[in-house]
This record gives sequence, C-alpha cells and structure tokens, in this order.
Amino acid sequence: MKAKHQRLILALVALVGVAGAGVLAASALRDEAAYFRTPVEIQDGKATVGEAMRLGGMVAAGSIKRQSDGLTIRFVATDGKASVPVEYMGIVPDLFGEESGMVADGRMRADGTFVADRILAKHDERYMPPQMGEMPKGVAKAQQKT
Amino acid sequence: MHAYANPTRFLAIARPLTPWLLGVGLLLLLIGAWAGLTQVPGDYKQGETARILYVHVPSAWLGMGGWTALAITGLVQLVWRHPLAGIAARAVAVPGMLFTALCLATGSIWGKPTWGTWWEWDGRMTSMLVLLFLYAGFIALTSGDEGQRQGGSLSRGAAIYALVGAINIPIINRSVVWWNSLHQGPSITLGGSSIDNALLWPLGLTLLGFSFLFGAIVLMRMRRIIADNRVAARLRRLADDEGI
Repeated sequence: MKAKHQRLILALVALVGVAGAGVLAASALRDEAAYFRTPVEIQDGKATVGEAMRLGGMVAAGSIKRQSDGLTIRFVATDGKASVPVEYMGIVPDLFGEESGMVADGRMRADGTFVADRILAKHDERYMPPQMGEMPKGVAKAQQKT
Repeated sequence: MHAYANPTRFLAIARPLTPWLLGVGLLLLLIGAWAGLTQVPGDYKQGETARILYVHVPSAWLGMGGWTALAITGLVQLVWRHPLAGIAARAVAVPGMLFTALCLATGSIWGKPTWGTWWEWDGRMTSMLVLLFLYAGFIALTSGDEGQRQGGSLSRGAAIYALVGAINIPIINRSVVWWNSLHQGPSITLGGSSIDNALLWPLGLTLLGFSFLFGAIVLMRMRRIIADNRVAARLRRLADDEGI
C-alpha cells in the first residue's frame, strides 16, 4: 500500500469519526438547543410555572384581543395540536399578526396563561408578491406550484 | 491532478480566467441588483425588506462554500501533498470570512424590522457566528507560519483544523430543521422553492455573480502568493550568489 493511500484511509476514518461525534452531539442537544418550546410541549408538562422560557407558535385567527387598559393584549398561540393563551403588555413588531408565527419570552402563570415580557415575530419560508399574499391560501399555494 | 502542480501550468489558465470571472461576475451582480431592487415586487408580508435576500443568501452560500473548499484543500494537503492546496486554502480563507460576516450583517439588518431584534442566540445564527470564528482561527493559524515562507503549503495542524471545522457546515444547514429556531426553515430545497418565481429569478443572478466574483478574488490571491514565492526564491538565489 502506498503511503498516500494510507494517509487517505487515515484521513477518511478520522473524518467519519469526527462527523459521528458531531451528529451525536447535535442529537444530544436536540432539546437544549431549541430556541423555543411549542404549545404541545407545554401541554405535555415540559414547563414549570414561573420558569423563564420561550414559547413559539402561530397566533390563532381572531384571537388577538386588546384589553381595556389599551396596552395589554391577549391572544392564543397554537401549533395545531395544542394552544396556550398569552398575555403581553408592550409594543409588538410590525409583522406580528394573526395566522403568523411569533416567539414570546416569558413564563407560565399558575392559571395556564403565558405571560410574555417580549414578543418577536417569526417569518416563514414563503416569499411571494403582494397580489398572491391576498389570495386565499389554497389558491396562492396552487399558483406557487405551477 | 498533479498536472497543475507546476505553477506555470496553473498560471496559464488562471491568468486569462481572472478578468473573465471578474467581468462576468460584476455584470451579473449589476443586473441582479437592478432587477432585485427595481424589477420585482416586495414580499406580501415583509414588503421591501425582503430584497436583502439577494445579498444575504449568496453571502451565506459563499461563507459555507468557502469552508467546504478549505476542508477539501485540507484533505488534498494531508493526503496528496499537492503544492497548490495550501495556496488555495490561504486564498479562500479571507473572502470566505468576509462573506460570512456579510451574511451575519445583512441578516441582522433584516432581523430588526422582521423579527423585532438585531440578534438572538438561535441555532442558525449561533452556528453561523461559530463559522466566522472558525475562519478567524484558520487565518490566525496560517498567517506568518512556516508554510507561508516556504511555498504556501499548510501545516498538518491547519489542514486538520480545516477538516474538523467542516462539521459545522451541515450543522448550519440543518440547524433550522433539527431545532426549532427563530430563523425560518429552508426556502430552497431539492424539492423546489417556496420563494415565488416572481421574486426568485434575481437571486439566481446575484448568486452566480457573487460566486464568480469570489472565484476571481481567490484566483487573484493565489497568483499573488505564487508571485511572492517566486520573489522570495529569487532573493534567496541572489543572496547565495553574492555569498551572503
């Protein structure tokens, strides 16, 4: 066996080993490196009351209600499987709205409401011209495919 | 592969290729920027800020592509000891780091109006920042080392560093799939694109344009390293002749 073949095999074996270690580390971090928790995870009891955490989900249609003090809003965050009511006092980003994603910093209250200190809007991977965005979702999707 | 071990053969191709890559790249970039800024509509939800993707996406692609190239040159250096491998690695590292920084900066500028924050420690942003630091480490490791004074080859340590650092590339790519993150999921996959065609086509132009520009920068830097080597060799000969 020539020296360069030995080096090639050595380098490839080392590379596979290191890649394996990387994949193991990444999968071990699966829960820890998650940026936010979803409503279904909270339903499954993965959040303790009062623990600082982030909640991510879609803002349910028709759920944003401004409270009588004019500053506090309440809405429902959902992931399609479970939903969590959220209360927030402050200014929301421009892109925050119903039927779009959001991430909230805050903590669970004993009554099951998530009290947010800060809200970020989450954008999804779809980009399209304004005319298509106004169409019903099914039509826009169908047009995208053509 | 060793046909191009001779720098003269490499230069015979690199010299005429450089102005072509530079010229075509700049032209594509100009057309792409014009189209992206004036010819296509804004996004239905983000409005005009979506246009930053015509710079952000090519920067991310080149930042990650640059490290992939470093890993390949590291392997070629370790296994075949090809004389151009180290020269190519040294030439790629700086523009690779530059585009990684550009990706982080444009992402941050986009993040403020879209998400409402300049920076968050989610999987995608953190792994991309790690890539920037990896580039800084590689440049520090290869600047002014023994190899730089002797033909440009990489030390074994630098080559292994380039290979090991490549693990971060699939992590960046998969970060939005493995972990829920603030950054959105992939728009362009093997299955197609969730960016509508009306907004997508300038991205193809800027992607090609930046890539050609990157290629031209790498060739220019490789030629400079080869020229430096020749000057150094000639000075050594001259000193020997004079008996110093």
